[in-house]
Amino acid sequence: MTVTSVHRDPVARTLTIVATFDRPAALVWQVWADPRQLERWWGPPTYPATFVDHDLTAGGRVTYYMTGPGGEKLHAWWRIVSVDPPSSLRFEEGSADDSTPTDDAPTTFIEVRIIETPEETTMTITCLFAPVADGEQVPGPDTEKGMRLAVGQIDAVLGHR
Amino acid sequence: MVVRRTAAQETRADRVFRALADRTRRDVIRRAMNGTLSVSELARTYPMSTTAVQKHVAVLEKAGLVRLKRHGRELLVQTEIDAVAKAQALLVEFERLWRGRLERIGDVLAETGEGVRP
Repeated sequence: MTVTSVHRDPVARTLTIVATFDRPAALVWQVWADPRQLERWWGPPTYPATFVDHDLTAGGRVTYYMTGPGGEKLHAWWRIVSVDPPSSLRFEEGSADDSTPTDDAPTTFIEVRIIETPEETTMTITCLFAPVADGEQVPGPDTEKGMRLAVGQIDAVLGHR
Repeated sequence: MVVRRTAAQETRADRVFRALADRTRRDVIRRAMNGTLSVSELARTYPMSTTAVQKHVAVLEKAGLVRLKRHGRELLVQTEIDAVAKAQALLVEFERLWRGRLERIGDVLAETGEGVRP
């Protein structure tokens, strides 16, 4: 694995990281598609992740928790926006109390693009961070309107239109 | 508990996403970092009317991304540096997190795909 570029844009609130792997795209995709592989890398070593639900389909839900050194559990969810194996995955991520999504925590939109060439496979991760103001609400996983609005706008911010 | 919002309950997140969805508005945020450009000066840098630029600035102001300062007869546009600085700090943290994740993905792939190349 080699990180080939990192771009932080605090104005657009995006982070883009590009990494290359000497494995076919189908295998790189599996690190997302197989929850047992996902558990081996998603959480930091001190906060390993356990994936509970893992429905990688458009509109599907992924839930997981990370277990801290003192045994505390940090719950979080993904809401899948779109999936196109083995080349793209887009989802919104947010934190939760137990398994209940919280309304006041920031959410992040994450886009994964995987491109295979004869030499290597490139994975580009783009994260768009929602702002949070005190006492204000961000779109939760069930706020359909907020989700649609944000998804349309992530395209614009990421330059897809 | 998830509170469903109505159209009237636009959040700050919605306003910021909408504000950032436009290329010109993102450019205004970058140009207005020093707070020395007026709306009319900004308008001269874009192929659009002053009124159109004023509208963009108003959207940014409503989203809390810029503020306007009266300076004589001019209205100066100042980027809310605090919002940008907070975003920058957040991005640094997330870069660290993702570098770690990518390292671990490399480790997982080293085992699962032994001998398999693109």
